[in-house]
Amino acid sequence: MINISNVGRRYGTFVALEDIDLQIKAGEFFSLLGPSGCGKTTLLRLIGGFDVPSSGSISIDGAPMSGVPANHRPTNMVFQSYAIFPHLNVAENVAFGLNILNLTKAEKQARVDEALSRVRLVGLGSRMGSQLSGGQRQRVALARALVMKPKVLLLDEPLSALDKKLREEMQVELRQLQQDIGITFVLVTHDQYEALAMSDRIAVMFDGKIAQIAKPQEIYQNPTSRRVADFLGGMNFLETANMRLLGENVVADVAGFGTIANKRRGDEMIDPAKATLGIRPERLRIQWEDEKAKNEISGKVLSRHYFGEVTNLVVQVEGQPRPLSVVETNDFGADGIPVGSLVRIAYDEDAFVLMKE
Amino acid sequence: MSTSPARKILWAYVVLYIVILYFPVVLLPIFSFNDSATPTFPLKGFTFKWYEGLIGNETMLKAARNSLIVGSVASVGSTILGICAARAITRYRFRGKSAASGLIMAPLFLPEIIIAISLLVVLLGIGANLSLTTVMLGHLLICLPYSVTVLVSGFEGFDPSLEEAAQDLGAKPLRVLRLVTLPILAPAILSSLLVAFTISLDEFILAFFLSGSEPTLPVYIWGQLRFAAKLPNVLALGSLLIAASLILLTTAEIMRRRAERRLAGR
Ligand SMILES: Nc1ncnc2c1ncn2[C@@H]1O[C@H](COP(=O)(O)OP(=O)(O)OP(=O)(O)O)[C@@H](O)[C@H]1O
Ligand SMILES: [Mg+2]
Repeated sequence: MINISNVGRRYGTFVALEDIDLQIKAGEFFSLLGPSGCGKTTLLRLIGGFDVPSSGSISIDGAPMSGVPANHRPTNMVFQSYAIFPHLNVAENVAFGLNILNLTKAEKQARVDEALSRVRLVGLGSRMGSQLSGGQRQRVALARALVMKPKVLLLDEPLSALDKKLREEMQVELRQLQQDIGITFVLVTHDQYEALAMSDRIAVMFDGKIAQIAKPQEIYQNPTSRRVADFLGGMNFLETANMRLLGENVVADVAGFGTIANKRRGDEMIDPAKATLGIRPERLRIQWEDEKAKNEISGKVLSRHYFGEVTNLVVQVEGQPRPLSVVETNDFGADGIPVGSLVRIAYDEDAFVLMKE
Repeated sequence: MSTSPARKILWAYVVLYIVILYFPVVLLPIFSFNDSATPTFPLKGFTFKWYEGLIGNETMLKAARNSLIVGSVASVGSTILGICAARAITRYRFRGKSAASGLIMAPLFLPEIIIAISLLVVLLGIGANLSLTTVMLGHLLICLPYSVTVLVSGFEGFDPSLEEAAQDLGAKPLRVLRLVTLPILAPAILSSLLVAFTISLDEFILAFFLSGSEPTLPVYIWGQLRFAAKLPNVLALGSLLIAASLILLTTAEIMRRRAERRLAGR
């Protein structure tokens, strides 16, 4: 559907994008995830035709896009600022693109109505663009783009201006909408939970380069690099010694944990000198006094960080130079485990994550 | 409300300030309706004859026409240049930007007489004939900072992605300009046109130095002041100019505020 090959974008000597290779499939919900300034918007704008690559090429639906301006591309965009025309009302905003097509008045009206009801804005058609709340503006921007029946919808951080509650509702709604109409969505976001919750596939970007492209579970559970792992939620990077390849496995001596074997995925090349072993905080379970697990380590609670659903404990484990982050569930009582306590922590052998670099 | 001495002094100051600033201006229309050849109190009676005297005055009408032409060209010119400058200043980062905007604003701070003399020297130096065209050039120079100021504030509230959104929805560049850029900037543009026109209409020093044999209204008025008998007519003409300026500037301000309110959604 969208084929991006070898695309680069330079601003003077500054390299905003480098060697981007990316295939996005038809009907896919694809997210570009990365920290601020990594080039997400730049890439999205190249796809939408608002900017021209310095090198490489982009094709959409088999048609090369070089020299094709935004108004002739089968894409529509929901801008980060929403870009609602302030001098037009909601219905006029939504009809803006339709006015350029040769439609009868009735056809146009029908499409506007359909789009407004899709985003649940029925009855607000005569409200001025400048009189809308953030959530409503977001919906108008969505309706205005969808009414054009694009092959690809580009969304630049469409939810970042909304409050948390509304944002989570809209994540579900946007995903549902995409499934209903079945077109390709390309979403730009710096919020890893948003990307994980909504996408079919995610490309994680750093410094103008793509670090990893994978499904949400894959990218969370098997990040290929420390950086990706760190960006997608918490990760305890472990101190290891003597990491080596042993048949199918990568084996390492992990201080405090013993010798840990990690199965290699596929025919992946792993350089033991560069690889890192880690474990996600939620894969470390605090044990009750009468509980006994096969694999256990013990440590001392240094501090607690309360988040409501869970509490993050910082635990100094014997042998590891850096304290580990461990998730404590609310089962442990209102005040939880006090700082200074000695705790036993269980883990599964398959919970370790091997990162190539 | 406190009535502390400091407050009273402040009030007295404000009143005095306003009286000194505007009292002479108020006198002008009063005497222009006074049935007397000299502007002195007590007033003699009400008359329109000084205004009627203007109607058949060919030289005056010619000067008025000159002023209109110069004002129109200068305001349109400075607005067009102002749009380019304001767009560049608000949208792009480039080397020498602050120097460039400083230069555009300079005529605001330079004494007009200096600008007038410098222009005169340059124009004569390159062998240009003094005419309405040279006045237009001069006025363009002094109107530009005002236009740029008004337009920059218009552009600052203008999200560039609005134009991109229009293009994204299929609009060609001209359509984007017509349906999005101009309607949103219209108030600022109108405001710039009116402000520039008003400035050009009232401007004397540059017009005096650069107009050659084709006077604008202020230059004509200055010429008439030599004849005591013409003074009441000049007062009438001056009053008309004040009225025109007031109306234009008020309209400009109302338009600007209305647009600001509309775009801000209140
Ligand atoms: N027109 C431009 N001129 C120069 N540099 C630019 C331009 N546009 C973007 N950049 C630079 O390119 C880099 C990537 O910008 P981009 O807007 O793509 O980041 P982003 O990933 O979308 O970040 P954010 O999450 O903050 O929106 C930034 O360092 C930015 O400063
Ligand atoms: Mg961005």
